[in-house]
Amino acid sequence: MLADSVETMVKDEQESSNRPDNTAFTQQRLPAWQPMLSAGIVIPGFVLIGLAFIGIGVALFVTSQGIQVLEIDYTGVEQKSPCFRCANSNEKNCVCNLEFSIDRLLKGPVFFYYGLTNYFQNYRRYGVSKDDNQLSGDLDYFQSPSDTCSPYEYDNNVPIVPCGSIANSMFNDTFKLYQTVNGVKKQVPLDGKGIAWWSDYNIKYRNPSVTPLKNAFNGTVKPIFWSKPAYELDPTDSTNNGFINQDFLVWMRRAALPDFRKLYRRITHEDYKEGLPAGNYSLEISYNYPVLSFDGRKKVVFSNVSWMGGKNEFLGIAYLVIGSLCVFMSIVMLIVYAKFKFPEED
Amino acid sequence: MAREGEDAGMAKAPKRKRQKKRKPKENKTRTVHANVLHDCAKGDENPNRHYANNEIKTTKYTVLSFLPKNLFEQFHRFANVYFVFIALLNFVPVVNTFQPELALTPVIFILSVTAIKDLWEDYRRHRSDKEINHMDCLVYSRGEKRYVEKYWKEVRVGDFIRLRCNEILPADVLLLSSSDPDRLCHIETATLDGETNLKQRQVVRSFFDLDCEFDPLKYNSIIECEKPNNDLNRFRGYIIHRSGRRDALYKENLLLRGCTIRNTEEAVGIVIYAGHETKAMLNNNGPRYKRSKLERQMNVDVFWCVIILLVMCLFAAAGHGLWMFQYGDKRPVFDVLSPEGTDLSPIMSAIYLFLTMIIVLQVLIPISLFVSIEIVKICQVYFIHQDMDLYDEETDSHLQCRALNITEDLGQMQYIFSDKTGTLTDNKMVFRRCTVAGVEYSHDANAKRLAMYQEMDSEEEDCMSHGGTLPRRDSVTSHQSARVVLRSHSTKSHRRTGSRAEAKRASILSKHTAFSSPMEKDITPDPQLLDKVNECSSQMDFMRFHSQPMSQLPSDLSDIIDFFIALTVCNTVVVSSPNQPRHKVRMRFELKSPVKTIEDFIKRFTPSRLTSGSNSSSSSSLNRSSNKGCSSLLSSPSAESTLTKLNEETPPGGLEPGFSAAPPCYDGRPSWSPEDGELRYEAESPDEAALVYAARAYKCSLVGRLPDHVTVELPHLGRLSFELLHTLGFDSTRKRMSVVVRHPLTDQITVYTKGADSVIMELIKPLDTGNSKGRRQKKIVCRTQNYLNLYAADGLRTLCIAKKVMSKEEYACWLQRHLEAETAIQGREELLFQSALRLETNLHLLGATGIEDRLQDGVPETIASLRRAGLQIWVLTGDKQETAVNIAYACKLLEPDEEILTLNADSHEACALLLEESLHYIQAKFFCSSGDQSATADFPPFEIYPPASPSSSSSHAAHFLVHRLGLVIDGRTLAYALDKSLEDKFLAVARSCRSVLCCRSTPLQKSMVVKLVRNKLRVMTLAIGDGANDVSMIQVADVGVGISGQEGMQAVMASDFALPRFRYLQKLLLVHGHWCYSRLANMILYFFYKNAMFVALIFWYQFYCGFSGSAMIDQWYLIFFNLMFSAFPQLITGTLDKDVSAETLQQLPHLYVNGQNSEEYKPYMFWMNMIDSFYQSLVCFFIPYFAYADSDVDLFTWGTPITTIALFTILLHLGIETKTWTWINWLSIAFSVALFFSVALLYNASCPTCYSPSNPYWTMQRLLQDPLFYLLCTITPVAALLPRYFYRACQSTLFPNPVQVGRQLDKLPADTRRNILSLGRLKTGSPLSPAPPFLPLAKLSPAKDPRGTPRAPVSQTDEEHGGGGPAAPARSRERLSNVYSSVSTETDTLPYTKDAPPLTDWEAPGQSPPGWTASTPLAARADGVQLSLPPVGAPQCVKYRRSPQEGLVSEHGVHPPAHRTAPAAEQSLYTAL
Repeated sequence: MLADSVETMVKDEQESSNRPDNTAFTQQRLPAWQPMLSAGIVIPGFVLIGLAFIGIGVALFVTSQGIQVLEIDYTGVEQKSPCFRCANSNEKNCVCNLEFSIDRLLKGPVFFYYGLTNYFQNYRRYGVSKDDNQLSGDLDYFQSPSDTCSPYEYDNNVPIVPCGSIANSMFNDTFKLYQTVNGVKKQVPLDGKGIAWWSDYNIKYRNPSVTPLKNAFNGTVKPIFWSKPAYELDPTDSTNNGFINQDFLVWMRRAALPDFRKLYRRITHEDYKEGLPAGNYSLEISYNYPVLSFDGRKKVVFSNVSWMGGKNEFLGIAYLVIGSLCVFMSIVMLIVYAKFKFPEED
Repeated sequence: MAREGEDAGMAKAPKRKRQKKRKPKENKTRTVHANVLHDCAKGDENPNRHYANNEIKTTKYTVLSFLPKNLFEQFHRFANVYFVFIALLNFVPVVNTFQPELALTPVIFILSVTAIKDLWEDYRRHRSDKEINHMDCLVYSRGEKRYVEKYWKEVRVGDFIRLRCNEILPADVLLLSSSDPDRLCHIETATLDGETNLKQRQVVRSFFDLDCEFDPLKYNSIIECEKPNNDLNRFRGYIIHRSGRRDALYKENLLLRGCTIRNTEEAVGIVIYAGHETKAMLNNNGPRYKRSKLERQMNVDVFWCVIILLVMCLFAAAGHGLWMFQYGDKRPVFDVLSPEGTDLSPIMSAIYLFLTMIIVLQVLIPISLFVSIEIVKICQVYFIHQDMDLYDEETDSHLQCRALNITEDLGQMQYIFSDKTGTLTDNKMVFRRCTVAGVEYSHDANAKRLAMYQEMDSEEEDCMSHGGTLPRRDSVTSHQSARVVLRSHSTKSHRRTGSRAEAKRASILSKHTAFSSPMEKDITPDPQLLDKVNECSSQMDFMRFHSQPMSQLPSDLSDIIDFFIALTVCNTVVVSSPNQPRHKVRMRFELKSPVKTIEDFIKRFTPSRLTSGSNSSSSSSLNRSSNKGCSSLLSSPSAESTLTKLNEETPPGGLEPGFSAAPPCYDGRPSWSPEDGELRYEAESPDEAALVYAARAYKCSLVGRLPDHVTVELPHLGRLSFELLHTLGFDSTRKRMSVVVRHPLTDQITVYTKGADSVIMELIKPLDTGNSKGRRQKKIVCRTQNYLNLYAADGLRTLCIAKKVMSKEEYACWLQRHLEAETAIQGREELLFQSALRLETNLHLLGATGIEDRLQDGVPETIASLRRAGLQIWVLTGDKQETAVNIAYACKLLEPDEEILTLNADSHEACALLLEESLHYIQAKFFCSSGDQSATADFPPFEIYPPASPSSSSSHAAHFLVHRLGLVIDGRTLAYALDKSLEDKFLAVARSCRSVLCCRSTPLQKSMVVKLVRNKLRVMTLAIGDGANDVSMIQVADVGVGISGQEGMQAVMASDFALPRFRYLQKLLLVHGHWCYSRLANMILYFFYKNAMFVALIFWYQFYCGFSGSAMIDQWYLIFFNLMFSAFPQLITGTLDKDVSAETLQQLPHLYVNGQNSEEYKPYMFWMNMIDSFYQSLVCFFIPYFAYADSDVDLFTWGTPITTIALFTILLHLGIETKTWTWINWLSIAFSVALFFSVALLYNASCPTCYSPSNPYWTMQRLLQDPLFYLLCTITPVAALLPRYFYRACQSTLFPNPVQVGRQLDKLPADTRRNILSLGRLKTGSPLSPAPPFLPLAKLSPAKDPRGTPRAPVSQTDEEHGGGGPAAPARSRERLSNVYSSVSTETDTLPYTKDAPPLTDWEAPGQSPPGWTASTPLAARADGVQLSLPPVGAPQCVKYRRSPQEGLVSEHGVHPPAHRTAPAAEQSLYTAL
């Protein structure tokens, strides 16, 4: 009956009051911490932060100072440069020798980098130009590479493996390091293992599980700029071929900035465990990679590293500057405060 | 009942029609046949089949239409289109940046959040629809030949339904039968218009005489009526009987859906409109959407963001073009050729890059901003709803936010426009005192009683605020509190009439009666007057017993008894008994009076009255009350209710309170007895009820009211039945109402008139001073006038009571003409008006009453506090000037030491002159004295900074200093002042006054004032009101607040926020408004900062990647950064942050100025934020850049730390901006960080070959092993935030702004804070008070008449007020009067009497209760001006009327109003309004 339902509704209404819940949350009375930027807190806070930063900055700076770096440009722009000839001729397999000397022991383990300048590996369309599936060894993508590789996708309708611009432009200068001991060139063994990320070598990049590896590449061609196919990148080590070639992996990890270095080798041989001793060295460069067309530079870097990576004084200085700034600000505030407001009333 | 919202509803109506009805032949009427005549109600041959059925469906979507329709609606928002466009751009290979699917996710996410919200709302609507559709009602079934129960949704047009008492009407029903002997049916329309009084509806005339029960099977008429429309007050049609006879149908015959049947046992009707075609549904408007000031400001900045985005993209594109160009033909090895293997020209690649950059930098336009703002606002609304302080225990109602998206506007208000009655006052009309026959009865005891209530109220208030459960004022109060609890305006949506909530409310409401709190009811009679009443009635009793003519009664005594009879009879109050609320109490007298000549006489007119009278009353817009319509209509329809006469044998035991002789009740229900308690009065307006209760205190009780007679119980005399011959209802044009009755004792036809004093006084019979009686009468009039002035000075609402005895011939003559007027086809309203004028002349003044309109609790405090908050408060009221001024003093709107500038002008020129003069006065007085600070700096103790700070960004309004000056302007002057030519001057005057009081303003004027201030001064306006007359003002203002008071729901329905009491405005504005504004402003700024900072990182990178659109931030981070990683803390802060505690905000209202001046979000702040964000992004970019410079870092190993750093910086930035840290803040920040790292770790571990091109496999994992990463994450945020933190620290310690001072106060222990606050002065910042640049005035030009001759300034400026400033007002008066005299020399017809006693200044027309002024059509058209001076001293009456054609016409000499021709009188009346 409607009348009844109206009655019950009336009752409901009477019982269910509209009274809001009286809780701290609904009444917006939650206990709260109110950080008050009063001088009493701010000034000591600034001083503390400043001192801590100065401490860290000093540590970083000292660490960074301990790192030795040897950097040699071998582009061959200048006439007297040993690689001038190679840079300017179209000669294939041009080799030049770079002589240098080390004054004091370059403490080991020494990392051997090659560096490129004005080279935009972070160019957007360059970065896209690869096929991750192909690089993980998926044979389907050997025959039909992803569109992203375009225009390095097909060479005369034959699929390119590894496709794409990044792979195509792989750095192909090679270096041999000799120590000149008493006029005799003694080759310094370079360790090319473990220069790439472990995850790249073991997980991300895979060769197709075809033996011999060469068969997997049937019906494909090597990248246009490459002199040899992917499966012959390292004739010395069969496990260092194809997509898991360490140099290839290092190259495929695109540099963040246009001036970058990439790890080439480590010097870990027993004779050089302590580092590169002082003396004369000769670097035999097989100069293949053209950079002058875009005003690029090539260099080699020998460096040791600390817990915080390569030599970089910036971070230590930054810490020092910010730390001092904090202290300085606290002093300024103290002065202003003393002038205007000291002692605080109420 | 003026429905302001009609337009909107109208717009909706045709749409519905189109949807619902596909009628083959679209004619202009609807024809309804009874369904019982047709075999199958749903059959094809049923003529009603085309009409909508009663199932309502308010849902927007169906299962199928949801997706397309919702998407379509969402794409109306431009931002959504933009984001979809960008997402789609990603599908273009040349420019694409992200994985296209990924780029779609944010858009889809945003769209789906909104869609889910819409879906949920729609589902709720669906459920409530279902509930309503499944309510039961009784429908006649042809098959079963009885009424069977059916669902509402099964009701169809043409069905017969039977309704019982307290049932809710399922559809619009034509009333065919009622159990009521008068064939009436009472309904309550509270759900429709909020009016709580009962309305009478009447059975269709042709079914009148059915004595037996209505039999649907015998019904075979056809109804033709209007198409469905949303006009609640209109229904026209006719019913065609088989005989071919046509009977007209009126709105009195129609019962509307959503109303509740009251007082009627049973009613039967036929459904005319069903479902969506019912008037209630057609009147149903959705919630309002407004755009807040902050949002408008924000949109400007969004626009700037777009500009910044475009600039960045253009820059990058140009850079890329150059970069490409520098290589020339030599392609570097890293260059990528186009897919065709050809080179892209630099220009082409620049163009492509531009699009790419738009995609990459799209985050700059905050996609989640709009959603976040909506979420935050919903939370804010939730918190406002939940506030205990805004909850009214008495009515069990809390604040309702009806507009969800303008919460922050509450914090930016600058002007408040308030209604008076019901808003500042309680709208509890309490009878205070009266004067009868020139003798004043002060009712001291009554005053004491009222004072007691006041105390009780405040005590109760105290207790309530402590515990809430308190023994209430027992027996007396319990009644009231029960009523109010039940009157609760439920906070559930009122949007849909007929919804369950409303049905509930309606049923609850009805249980109790409006306007009947004990305070209003229990009036303590004045002993002196009581004695006189007793004496008088005993004498009359004696006379009656001895059959002496009543005219022998001494005239003062007869005046007294007439006075009370008038109070009792002259109204539209309906009587009900408490136990059967809303069941009409019936008094029936078996003995019929012998038919006398007058009855015969009247009966001669009866047929014509029956036929034509109804016509007029139903269509006349003057007629507001249906009661009255009925009363003229139903003079003596049934045999039972033929004229009755007082039974001579009625037991004269009237001294004992009332109702000892219980009369037989009509329908055999147990008749009520004294134990049942007293009768209840249901009145249309509270003053009516107050008067009836007052009369009852003198034992003159209204016992019953029927359309044809009114039963009154008098002491000694017992029950008297007054035959009600005619009722001329109240209307705001006439400002009075009259009843014509036949006096049972004297058998005379008597007119009792009650109305505004100014009107009645004009209608008093011209007095012949020759005889003693005339002299006496004149004395009475004079005295009464004096008392009236006193009452007004006390802030009482005054009404005059008058009577007039007519001869039968006179009455017959009048009636004849009145009926002609009623039947007139053209100009009926005009004719009726004139007819009323003819009746209401030559009155005999009986007395006057003073009714107190009590202030609501806490109003003075609230006003004081709001004013300290820098809010300008204007009161716009329909009341008369004196009353308004007094209320203004009472509520501290005006203060005794404040100067009052009163503007009363009677012509355009006078008004112009007055304004000019006032401006000069203000300028002269305050401009000079502003140097000494005394005039301006004298602000309440807690001066944090001057209310109208010159730095106010809002407008040029800031240039105006607000002086200690009050402006009072009346409606007539306002009409001139609002004229285009004067409005600027008016504003210049008004804005420099501290408070403005507009009296006698019509609803339209109210809204015009609000509009003027809002548009011209460009300020934020808030309008608050409770009645229908405030609706237009509420709608015009930026924020409309409705008081859910006694005057119904219309104001609430139109409002954005509905408050139970006025005093809650304080917390709503000062606390919630402040919070909402500051939270939202900070959040919006933060949003802009956040997005700009994040996007700028990518922009800086472009310099290092050949402007190639490459991003070092992984696309996932880029896309989800806003949406997920940084979203929660800002929402929490935006919802919960409190810059200052609620207590401090209320104690220091000045803090509100913060919002008024938009201090939290000024245009420059956007740019400061942008600069800061660019700085921060530079730091966040270059510290990692240098840290990794010349290393073998790869792109994403370098980019991920930057992302992390940016996140930390952004969160810490929020931390700096967060003022209060609750555990929720901590949690949200921890959650954000945790979410970022877990998402990053999972993402970087999930798939070695996916997520091209970034393919960030194991990046994060490696980074976490790198100490450099941690070192970077420590230093960068610190370095980035150092400037901001330093600035904040310096600023808040050294130069704290008021809000920060308030925050520091918060930190202090409670009692210390109290001490400081009580100390009074808080030194903060610079005590700036610059010299006010003064008003750029319009050039003063002499007021000229079109003909070139200067006009008489028919004006009067009144500087008098209680305890006014000593010297200044005098000076100003002098100055003002100088102007008058200078002008007056030019014309000798100056009616201005400067020295008129202030208390006799009553030229303005009478007051009008606000509920009634609602129906005032439009009074702004003032083409004639009238000034009438009071007949003090000399009975001369000087009239000035000016019409555009004639110019000024002055009539000198004795012009008694009665002798004026009707049109002239009418015109002057019109213009008087």
